[in-house]
Amino acid sequence: MAWWLWAIGLAVAVSNVTNPFLLLTALCVAALVVLSRRGSSPWAGSFRLYLWLGGFIVLVRAVLHVLVGLKFGGAVVLPLPEVSLPSWAAGINLLGDVRLGGLVGAVTEGLRLAVMIACIGAANSLANPKRLLRTLPGALSEIGSAVVVTISVAPQLAESVQRVMRARALRGDTSRGIRAVPRVALPVLEDTLDRSLMLASAMDSRGYGRRREVGGARRALTAACTLGGLLASAVGIYGVLDATTPGWMGLPALSLGIGLSLAGIWLGGAANARSTYRPDPWRGAEWLTVACGAAAAVAVQFVRRTDAASLGIPLDPLGVPALPLLALAGLLVAALPAFLTPPPPPPSPRGAAASRPLPAEVHP
Amino acid sequence: MIELDRVSVSFEGESEPVLRDVSLRLEEGELALVVGRTGSGKSTLLGAITGHVPHFTGGTLAGSVRVFGRDTREHRPRDLADLVGVVGQDPLAGFVTDTVEEELAYGMEQLGLGASTMRKRVEETLDVLGIADLRGAALRELSGGQQQRVAIGSVLTTHPKVLVLDEPTSALDPTGAEDVLATITRLVHDLAVTVVVAEHRIERVLQYADTLVHVGAHGVVTQGDPAEVMRTADVAPPVVELGRWAGWEPLPLSVRDARRRAAPWRSLPASPREVVAAPGPVLLDARRVTVTHDAVVAVAEVDVTLRAGEVTALMGRNGAGKSSLLWAVQGSGPMRSGTVRRRHGSSSDETDVRALDAAERRRHVGLVPQSAADLLYLDTVGAECTQADSESGREPGTCRSLLDDLAPGIPDDRHPRDLSEGQRLAVVLAVQLTADPPVLLLDEPTRGLDYAGKGALRAALRRLVARGRSVVVSTHDVEFVAESADRVVVMAAGEVVADGPTADVVVASPAFAPQVAKITSPQPWLTVDDVRYAVREPS
Repeated sequence: MAWWLWAIGLAVAVSNVTNPFLLLTALCVAALVVLSRRGSSPWAGSFRLYLWLGGFIVLVRAVLHVLVGLKFGGAVVLPLPEVSLPSWAAGINLLGDVRLGGLVGAVTEGLRLAVMIACIGAANSLANPKRLLRTLPGALSEIGSAVVVTISVAPQLAESVQRVMRARALRGDTSRGIRAVPRVALPVLEDTLDRSLMLASAMDSRGYGRRREVGGARRALTAACTLGGLLASAVGIYGVLDATTPGWMGLPALSLGIGLSLAGIWLGGAANARSTYRPDPWRGAEWLTVACGAAAAVAVQFVRRTDAASLGIPLDPLGVPALPLLALAGLLVAALPAFLTPPPPPPSPRGAAASRPLPAEVHP
Repeated sequence: MIELDRVSVSFEGESEPVLRDVSLRLEEGELALVVGRTGSGKSTLLGAITGHVPHFTGGTLAGSVRVFGRDTREHRPRDLADLVGVVGQDPLAGFVTDTVEEELAYGMEQLGLGASTMRKRVEETLDVLGIADLRGAALRELSGGQQQRVAIGSVLTTHPKVLVLDEPTSALDPTGAEDVLATITRLVHDLAVTVVVAEHRIERVLQYADTLVHVGAHGVVTQGDPAEVMRTADVAPPVVELGRWAGWEPLPLSVRDARRRAAPWRSLPASPREVVAAPGPVLLDARRVTVTHDAVVAVAEVDVTLRAGEVTALMGRNGAGKSSLLWAVQGSGPMRSGTVRRRHGSSSDETDVRALDAAERRRHVGLVPQSAADLLYLDTVGAECTQADSESGREPGTCRSLLDDLAPGIPDDRHPRDLSEGQRLAVVLAVQLTADPPVLLLDEPTRGLDYAGKGALRAALRRLVARGRSVVVSTHDVEFVAESADRVVVMAAGEVVADGPTADVVVASPAFAPQVAKITSPQPWLTVDDVRYAVREPS
């Protein structure tokens, strides 16, 4: 939970930044923390995937810029003919000379998004997303269980596709492409459906969805709170976004709506008798982690108010970006959890299972 | 205490009720064994006790089911969660979380127990089941027996008064099954839990049962003393069959009791039933087969020679490499190194099976995989047969006539999913036999088959080898091996540890010895038929 808040802080911090120095610093911070504090769980290795995704985004952004972007600024890097479009598509320039300023701008924009994704990836590899779902309030815990089940279905699905593909070879059928789809899909779907039904029945008999007896008045109150909260939130958001509405429609309505919704969730959760086994503790280290993430966000926001230009990069004419020290310090503070939080627990003891070879029967 | 009062269950679209007018009474702390043919309604009966019928499955339930005073009409399965624990056939399919400790706690979380109670009960349950060293392990990495014990543990933590198990050992090797059954009997004796268990391989549980519930034809259920009910039941393990034939009174249910009664037989001349026919020519020769899955060596330099006219049983623990070996020999599975050659009569003429393409390969070596239904993807049996004829290049009707030999009377327009386990296996077997491979491999075909189904499979396999084919069956079922196999290959940790005639390999091993061998040792008899032949006239 703390890692997710930390990551959100870092992501918020970079969301307004196109200064490559700051972006790369944030990326290094995320990578450093992941490398020093990730556990031994299977999802701990997912950070690399997010980095690849980030790189892909930068590339796509650059390619899009070359194709349809507005070309401006400085020297011509790549001379290309401009394709003129018919009048109904006026304003869109296809191809055209690629200039340095525009290209750098596009790449830094892509980099910003990539770094934000890397932050989320960092949180994902630092903390089990399933544990995050366990901290949901009572009223939402059943949705949480459903999500957990959905997540675990994906690898099973891949396994059964693999099994059916192999079984097809036994019938001498190795055709690929469209013709093969129903032959694989049908057994896989049947298999998945069977498993889901078995799981649902198992969960049912283990008490999933049990409710405490709740009085009628209490139920009505819960419904009123939830509905009223949603309504007030809608009005509030409208008020905040539209400057012409009277003042009461803005923040006050929004906070009333959020308050009512929270009350509704709390009341609804009371009807759910569920408890949590060994909930994740919230101690000093968790506070520290969240504080470091928040510090980064606050520092960058402060710089944005005072010296917004230093967070960007001068594109026309192209220049070396400034180095706002306060923002840099804020981002570096976010790296502190890598040294100050306790290291993750060692791999869980597997007992006999670890020394045993994998069940080869299942994956022949 | 579980009371069923004139319960009938019927499902829409079925001409007759699955259960008819069932009245049962199971006392506290009893182990009740539910037996019956495949598809007779055992699972429906268990479902009625847990509330799944009709809350989860639909259908109509007449009469009343009361579990410790709670009527399932007013209580859904989730409302019985603190009273009834349910364990299914496939433990992995019922797991909600992904580590042992979390799984044990899940049921308690749903009931809203306090944090300290949960901690205490998780520890207690880990000890009761002897899985304390697995607490942090990922559920998917456990062996089958361990998984099943965790599944039992995960329902025990809520301290249920009733435990309902639907074929808990059907997927396990003999040793894993022993572990699970030992756990179950211990629960009955120490914790006074009422246990209701349905089981195909009755011989494993029969001796521990306090009461026997027999689900017969047309949904007629009888309950009574195990020895009484077994006298007339339409499913019977070898020990009971032997007792019935010998006319023993009361009917012995355990090897120990039967062994006392069989004492006079031990001095008889052995007179083996059949002279072992000289094995035919070598059909397939696999040399130094090695299969690895990532870093794990599943099969290590195994040599296998398959001869015509021979049924070979492949045995060994879960994870010993049996499936990997079969897939490698067939040629579709991965193989790190080694050769698999098909011999054609004269020794000089060989085919490298692994070099062929899939369509050509299945004419040499056929494989029926563990989940046989994966091979079927069309919506009627008739369409599957036509497809099999065309993909094997045989004349139309070949597959259908093969199927009629194996399991007569399956209508063409039936959906493969609506078939019974045995019928579906017959369809897959017919599809694979359409290509007429000289070597046929079957991976765990006896799962979910009752004694009659196994008998039909055995007859089909014997007919094949009589025509000069070679058959390999991987199985955990020692009784099936005793009755059908000529030769047994035992694998452990990827290596062949024993290879020889069935009688030699099986009798010597404590885990793999069939009941008849245990009862009559040191005589070399394996099956009731062997005894019938040798003893002639029961005393």
